[in-house]
Amino acid sequence: MPANPARQTTEVLSNTDFDHRDLDWYIDRGVQILVFLGGISAIVFILGIFIFITKEGLGFILEDFSFREFLFSPTWRPTSELKETYGILALVAGTASVTGLAMLVAIPFSLGTAIFIAEFVDGKTREYLKVTVELLAAIPSVVWGFIGLSIMNPLIIDVFDVPVGLNVLNAGIILGLMAAPIMTSIAEDALKAVPDRYREAAEAMGATHWQVIYKVVLPAAKNGLLGAVLLGVGRGFGETMAVLMATGHSINIPTSVFDSVRALTATIAAELGETAVGSPHYQALFTIGVFLFVITFCINLTADLIVRGIRKE
Amino acid sequence: MLRDGSVKAMPGLNHHTNARSAPVAIRTRDLNLWYGQFQALFDVNLNIKRGIITALIGPSGCGKTTLLRSVNRINERIDGVRTTGTIEVMDEDIYASGVELLQVRKQIGMVFQRPNPLPISIRDNVLFGYRIHTPKETLRHSDEDAIVEQALRQVLLWDEVKDSLHKKATGLSLEKQQKLCIARLLPVKPEVLLMDEPCSALDPKGTEAVEELIWELRGDYSILIVTHNMAQARRASDECIFMLLGKVIEHTATDKMFVTPDRPETADYIEGRYG
Repeated sequence: MPANPARQTTEVLSNTDFDHRDLDWYIDRGVQILVFLGGISAIVFILGIFIFITKEGLGFILEDFSFREFLFSPTWRPTSELKETYGILALVAGTASVTGLAMLVAIPFSLGTAIFIAEFVDGKTREYLKVTVELLAAIPSVVWGFIGLSIMNPLIIDVFDVPVGLNVLNAGIILGLMAAPIMTSIAEDALKAVPDRYREAAEAMGATHWQVIYKVVLPAAKNGLLGAVLLGVGRGFGETMAVLMATGHSINIPTSVFDSVRALTATIAAELGETAVGSPHYQALFTIGVFLFVITFCINLTADLIVRGIRKE
Repeated sequence: MLRDGSVKAMPGLNHHTNARSAPVAIRTRDLNLWYGQFQALFDVNLNIKRGIITALIGPSGCGKTTLLRSVNRINERIDGVRTTGTIEVMDEDIYASGVELLQVRKQIGMVFQRPNPLPISIRDNVLFGYRIHTPKETLRHSDEDAIVEQALRQVLLWDEVKDSLHKKATGLSLEKQQKLCIARLLPVKPEVLLMDEPCSALDPKGTEAVEELIWELRGDYSILIVTHNMAQARRASDECIFMLLGKVIEHTATDKMFVTPDRPETADYIEGRYG
């Protein structure tokens, strides 16, 4: 027998082990690939959707499309016997007026709620409030539309003595209430992200609770708060069902909050089902889709960059 | 410099004998403090004199920071803090029922362990306390430049930041941030400055600079400073308070404490047998 069995064992190990791949190695590889696919899928889907709607609207953009008419004509008459007109100005005005009013409603509500949750309550109350706000965000938009149609409509007619209650005011309030929860949630995160030592420093100098909030916390969180508002705006632009139900859906450049309007999104939702696939009308609706996509993309990107900006600081 | 020998060599200092007869800045009577069920301070009775630097030393968890933070009632930010006994600052009971918390905190400035300038400009940091404590009618913009310059000069920071007063204070080095945190207390003319390990986040050079500054402020303000660093207590304080497990063990002149302490616990701690 050789005198050195230990040495022999090491030799055997070193001969066989270096390129040995066991099951764990394959699992690791597999998981890496899966996670990678998951990670890029969002980008792939976004690109896919963008390509799809652009392709569907492309015929229109290339052939009948008049940039000036599309953007600056207030007449949207896609089914006219004499001459089809595809002007989205009135629709843009509808969407913008409703979103604008919605922000007027949502900003005070959401900032107030966020400040209250982040700065005035803690412990259990805070948790309950947060859960409640998140529950509000989960209310389906058709339910909000239903509220607009069956509660707000008669209420507005009654209170303001106007013939129609389905108008900018109605949709603006409904949309504002819809956007407020998500804005609250993000604004509250922004306020909570302000380090406590800033509050402590200000309090130690004898600042009142309100001075701490107004002079220290809000300025420090302003980017996050702006991001919250922009996300609310993005939400407003993209919202369809509640707006369709509460605006009155009539093409109109509004001159007061009691005018009925029609939103870009609602137009697509209401008309797409009735058009022949590939017709100019169909393609025009997709062009509106592209337009909406670009706008919401820009808004969300800005919001994201702003929020990212605070993290860097 | 504040090295041992040079302190004594300062002309006309004689601070220990003067300090003995000086009036009291902070007086605590039977001070007990609980965090919920946990008692952090036991019958603390102290007379901390005016116009000198008093160091609070002791091992971690001995209650020195708790004591410091109860002097401007910043402790009350934490839920479940309960206090009995009294703390008098400049002969007024700051826990009395008619006392305005905001006035207490105005007159008792605090410097924290980690420099915490507000995320606003250097200038606005210096003016923060001044603006919130000056009534709107008497708030004059013309005064502000002078106030900023004076405060920053006092903390030996003026020359370094005078061209960047509108830059964000959070971009400064830690040493400058800590100096700024001291500077912003001065415009409201506090009586007492509380410092919670003001140099522990700084490098040796920053530590030296801030210690030097604290020594400069001595005399104008009564300073109570918590420190973990015994060498710092020794070179930069007039009197020393040694605490252990929430109790005051010894309060005496710094020179005496580090040479001939009265109590064996003090001697053991100073010689590094525990803590």
